[in-house]
Amino acid sequence: MNTTTARDYRDIPGTYVFDGEHCRKGYGLNMFCKSLDLASNRDAFRVDAGAYLDRFKLSIEQRRAVLERDWLGMLRLGGNIYYTFKLAIFDGLTMQHVGAAMSADGMSVEDFRAMMGSGGRSIEGNRSVQELRRG
Amino acid sequence: MAEFIGGVGTSHVPSIGAAIDHGKTQDPYWKPLFDGVKPARDWIEAAKPDVVIVVYNDHASRFGLDMTPTFAIGVGDQFAPHDEGYGPRPIPSCQGDPAFAWHLVESLVLKDEFDIAIVGEMSVDHGLTVPLSLMFGQPQQWPCRVIPLCVNVIQYPQPTALRCFKLGQAIRRAIDSYGPDIKVAVLGTGGMSHQLQGERAGLINTPYDQRWLAGMASDPHSLANIGHTELLREAGSEGLEIIMWLVMRGALNEAARLVHRFYHVPASNTAYGLLVLEDA
Repeated sequence: MNTTTARDYRDIPGTYVFDGEHCRKGYGLNMFCKSLDLASNRDAFRVDAGAYLDRFKLSIEQRRAVLERDWLGMLRLGGNIYYTFKLAIFDGLTMQHVGAAMSADGMSVEDFRAMMGSGGRSIEGNRSVQELRRG
Repeated sequence: MAEFIGGVGTSHVPSIGAAIDHGKTQDPYWKPLFDGVKPARDWIEAAKPDVVIVVYNDHASRFGLDMTPTFAIGVGDQFAPHDEGYGPRPIPSCQGDPAFAWHLVESLVLKDEFDIAIVGEMSVDHGLTVPLSLMFGQPQQWPCRVIPLCVNVIQYPQPTALRCFKLGQAIRRAIDSYGPDIKVAVLGTGGMSHQLQGERAGLINTPYDQRWLAGMASDPHSLANIGHTELLREAGSEGLEIIMWLVMRGALNEAARLVHRFYHVPASNTAYGLLVLEDA
């Protein structure tokens, strides 16, 4: 029996489904984020970010994305939003800051809040890569 | 014998908890939402459950990538709020019901062949505590015992919508076969449409949410047959949480009666939905 599933969700634009492949890629990155649950770890990261990151198995790209707070880059490199958001909380940011930063159109947080206030990002045109290209 | 009194479906947006904790429920941004929730609070206050089974997901709090149970039941006698980075919410710990929780586990595993993870110690995050705050406000102690039923909806592959529905049916059989005279409600939490991640962050799909709100009472089988790709696409990557409402719906009889329905956009980055259902 073929137990693999059709990965047709890869057709959804701007969406990084956290499947096994993504989890394996981002394991070290996400576990670093998870470590920030502890105040003592937050303190150590604040004092010397580079030395703290040495404790985790991160690729050079993941390390750069963390240090530059490249929120979209972290997702592309295997990050999961519930984990990377722990880093955002560490920075004192809200989910709306991060949402704005990840938006393709480079929104400000004010624009993002206004978009949510007027009903959110429309599903129309955003269902599939094809639909997105058609505009 | 134990008596099932009904189910509630509600989103569990963390900022709703923060609004309650910081006294902002009457602010213009939040007032429409809390006004819409009031009938559900009145319902549960009148129904007075002794125990609520809260179907929720953990958000990288108690569980991490080192272990992801698909379904887990807390059998401990107390569940403290988890520190999600801001310090724990200023709310009481939940009192568990170990005897009933162990009955649920035995019934689910032995009679219905659900392979449930059994958790002796667990903290609970906003996924569980925000629905409690919505239903009960800010009491010194929660007015009922709480059994956490944690569902993995973060790590693909999540359980199917149909499996969630069947779990609800099995939970009902477990409630109906429990000897002590307690009243039990089931809370299904999460959703509605939202996407926190990626270039589609901020996605809301109101027509799709309304279809779910309508179908929960009258046609849950159609909803239970929806696949993950449709949910990810239409409800958003985090909106897939809505499958947890089907656990609650499965616990109801085939025929259900709508007590209250409410929908509001936005609550932070999320569409807020609420349903109260009883057996017809």
